[in-house]
Amino acid sequence: MLLLTCPNCGVAAEETELAPGGEAHLKRVGPGSEDADFEGYLFLRKNPKGVHFERWRHANGCGKWFHAARCTVTLEVFGTYSAQTTEPPKDILLKIDDKRPGWRG
Amino acid sequence: MSTRLKSGGRLIDRSETLKFQWNDKWLRGHPGDTLASALLANDQTLVGRSFKYHRPRGIVASGVEEPNALVGLGKGAKFEPNQRATTAELFDGLIAESQNHWPSLEFDIGAVNALVPKLFPAGFYYKTFIHPRAFWKHVFEPVIRKAAGLGKAPKDRDADRYEHFYAFCDVLVVGGGVAGLNAALQAAKEGKRVLVLEQTPHWGGRSPVDGGTVDGKPVADWINDTVEALERMDNVRMRRRCMAAGIYDHGYVIGYERLTDHAPAKQGPRHRLWRIRAGHVVTATGAIERPLSFAGNDIPGVMLASAVRDYIVDYGVSPGDRVVVVTNNDDAYRTALAVREAGLVVPAIVDARPEANGALPQAARAAGIMVKTGTGIAKVQGGKRVTGVELCAQAGEGATLETLPCDAIAMSGGWSPVVHLWSHTGGKLTWDAERAFFAPDPSRAPVGHDGAPSVSVVGAAAGDLTLPAILDGAEAPEETPLRPVWMMPEGASADKRLKMWLDYQNDVKVSDVQLAAQEGYESVEHTKRYTTLGMATDQGKLSNINGLAVLSDALGQPIPQTGTTTFRPPYTPISMGAIAGEARGEIFQPLRRTPIHSRHEAAGAHWEPVGHWRRPYCFPKAGESHRDAVNREINATRSGVGLLDASTLGKILVKGPDAGQFMDMLYTNMMSSLKPGKCRYGLMCSENGFLMDDGVVVRLDDDTFLAHTTTGGADRIHAHMEEWLQTEWWDWKVYTANVTEQWAQIGVVGPKARAVLEKLGGMDVSAETLPFMTYAEGTLGGFDARVFRISFSGELSFEIAVPASQGLAFWDALAEAGAEFGITPYGTEALHVMRAEKGFIMIGDETDGTVIPQDLGLDWAISKKKDDYIGKRAQERSHMTDPERWKLVGLETLDGSVLPDGSYAVADGTNANGQGAVQGRVTSTYYSPTLGRGIAMGLVLHGPDRMDEEIAFNTVSGGTVKAKIVNAVFYDPEGEKQNV
Repeated sequence: MLLLTCPNCGVAAEETELAPGGEAHLKRVGPGSEDADFEGYLFLRKNPKGVHFERWRHANGCGKWFHAARCTVTLEVFGTYSAQTTEPPKDILLKIDDKRPGWRG
Repeated sequence: MSTRLKSGGRLIDRSETLKFQWNDKWLRGHPGDTLASALLANDQTLVGRSFKYHRPRGIVASGVEEPNALVGLGKGAKFEPNQRATTAELFDGLIAESQNHWPSLEFDIGAVNALVPKLFPAGFYYKTFIHPRAFWKHVFEPVIRKAAGLGKAPKDRDADRYEHFYAFCDVLVVGGGVAGLNAALQAAKEGKRVLVLEQTPHWGGRSPVDGGTVDGKPVADWINDTVEALERMDNVRMRRRCMAAGIYDHGYVIGYERLTDHAPAKQGPRHRLWRIRAGHVVTATGAIERPLSFAGNDIPGVMLASAVRDYIVDYGVSPGDRVVVVTNNDDAYRTALAVREAGLVVPAIVDARPEANGALPQAARAAGIMVKTGTGIAKVQGGKRVTGVELCAQAGEGATLETLPCDAIAMSGGWSPVVHLWSHTGGKLTWDAERAFFAPDPSRAPVGHDGAPSVSVVGAAAGDLTLPAILDGAEAPEETPLRPVWMMPEGASADKRLKMWLDYQNDVKVSDVQLAAQEGYESVEHTKRYTTLGMATDQGKLSNINGLAVLSDALGQPIPQTGTTTFRPPYTPISMGAIAGEARGEIFQPLRRTPIHSRHEAAGAHWEPVGHWRRPYCFPKAGESHRDAVNREINATRSGVGLLDASTLGKILVKGPDAGQFMDMLYTNMMSSLKPGKCRYGLMCSENGFLMDDGVVVRLDDDTFLAHTTTGGADRIHAHMEEWLQTEWWDWKVYTANVTEQWAQIGVVGPKARAVLEKLGGMDVSAETLPFMTYAEGTLGGFDARVFRISFSGELSFEIAVPASQGLAFWDALAEAGAEFGITPYGTEALHVMRAEKGFIMIGDETDGTVIPQDLGLDWAISKKKDDYIGKRAQERSHMTDPERWKLVGLETLDGSVLPDGSYAVADGTNANGQGAVQGRVTSTYYSPTLGRGIAMGLVLHGPDRMDEEIAFNTVSGGTVKAKIVNAVFYDPEGEKQNV
């Protein structure tokens, strides 16, 4: 039962309050795109052993979506941040660099 | 024989006597007894039969690790199977029965299995009952199910009450022994909020029995002082009879408190499930003694050494007059000394080690007890109880050197830290070769959300098995190292290994694990499943390490390489009642009622659950069948006027300057072009292209749309909208609100609908002012109304929304105004039949997550002008545009019967799997009272091109029924009736 702090309302929310939304920072591909690109957008997901950026919704709370950076092995949460962004914020990336050197490779 | 001693027993109150029932026999015990101690006090050494061989089994342990003494407790609605006699506290009138025997405990037919133990080797079921195939279901399985297994499931509804309880603390201490109490005190002194859970009714753990001093005083005094100190602190909560069942991610812990099991007359819930969030968890869960593997180690009377001294010291119960102690360590000498102190005889201490010269062995020798080093047990004599023991050289093959008569054997193979809880949430273990156990590795602890260790371990659970190792100022006799002994004797022959039990509960022997290894089961997890070692309620408490060691030896590899099986919650079984908590009966789940619910109830509605809603399925009159009621409701609506409570329909407001653009993305149709005051039917797809919801969209004004969704879809669709708005188009100025419950919505349906509304008065509802697919706001009969001219039945129809608070009164007003027109309330089934007569699709019937709008002939509702909508790209994929996709058509049986729901249309030939080929399936099927025959819709290969063709559908009874492919609109295909 994970604890994630909702960046919108500030509540340290328990997993029962949250709904998972899978991998974060996907880029939507629409009509006119190549089949391979569309497949990648719709179906192909990262499943890393380690650092993962993911979407959550504070479903039984404020109702807002947010992002979480999390380690899928230890379940450590590096940070949560706004859903209205296309990439993780710098401070969280630096924190991950510090805690999981070499994770980007 | 086992009996009550004349004195001793620190936990029992001899001044009072309790009566209890054991297999219909009345026996006596004292307050403070467990059922196990009371049974032993009454010489009931035989307490059950084993799982496969039905061998006689006695009490082995004194705590939660007990594998054999599983009994049924209580009667009728209070009956509970598989309860441990060792943890069941005695009370006056307790009723217990033994399990897994037939016809009786003393004489069990199934015991013939034991005469040929080679009959049930590891993997027996898998190997034996393969052919002939049909035998499995009808012969093998019923017989095996009757013979194998533990207690019977209760038949009656549980009469007790249960509850959930939420708790928060900075530090949760699991275990109220010396180490746990000490950890609690340290944390409490730092001002932290502390919660201490102890699974037994007593504080202090094993220490009062095992002895030792703290600062020169008996350890029991330290325990009392510390408990008192903790109880005085405001920041400390302490619970006995409360077990931590499992530790989960980020400091979530489940506690299981047994409130009235020991005192059934007490008021309140029986069990309480604690849902705890702890900042940090300290497990002080102690250690469990290991059995030794020697031939006949399962005969009643063979017990753990620690259990023997528990029964003597705690309950004043002697497990036998002559107790042979067999050990590989110093600790078991405590048992010999306790037996001697109780005035009983220890014929010998059999120590597998070449020498034993520690403080405790010295004390035993000084007390005149014979110590036989380098010796093991060749064989235990006895059947339903121990009668003697044959000794041999531990290093040899088991030739009997001498035989000692005895009636109990106290065995100790060393101690294993209880690492279950640590492991539940990902804590890793390391093998301590010297002391022969797995202990938590603090450098690989489970971590919390902040990345810091979330669990730590203290005391015996951490491998600190002696009092001085746990507590400053504590003193106890120093212990010399044990010698790992995994088999006794070391070179035991095959016939001996067939009688060495590793797992008493699942009847797994040394020979089974060796066979598994021989057959190629190298992974400990596979061996566990194959042999059932450490399964069921045991979860490896007694058997784990011994089994791993035997497997490692058979594989010729060190124990750490073999590793352990996964420890899973709960630590010991918890009741289903506690898990359910309050969620049973009427409050099992929330029930949603429309504002008009009470009126339907009074009208005798037959209810249909739709999501959490209850909707009237139909309104049967006295003596009327449901089918008759549905037909009457349809006929009344089609010929006069019907009344439908449509309040459950989802209503979502979409508002803002960019609302039109957003609606165009959500729906396949063009919604931005909809004029205020107009309605349009719309389809909503997932990004994968599949149809997920439909409904009428109303444009209330330039900036505002009202999207109707299906009843079950309201929350899901609202979430879908929010997801796209928040995570993809967050710069669009759009707001959504789910206003489903703010409005009561009533359908007034049928040729006389307008007359009813005109009688109510207040609004012009004429065809000229309010034509089909339009909307107006006004007052109807004094009610604030939004009137939508939409139809799901094909009749002239008004759906009228009023504020929820006015819903019931409005329903009554319509019923009153409509009385002269024969207005008839109808339910969901009439609604379904009428929409099917019109060929309208229903989400969940015509769709199942694999159907796209194009399959349903809904191309007219898919905009060709839009560049994009959710699902558009997906629908361009080759599989979605494949002309071979099954398409929606109407179906009419030739004989007028109703097609079976979900039936498949058969085709010639077979498919790739050799099954009969199919060419379509039924999606909706009803009896149409309007047409007086069965009608159906279905998806059929090339369906729309095969009008009037006859195809055959499977029936439930095995035959087929022929149906003609027709237009799906069975009723009023021109749509004249709804547009008046």
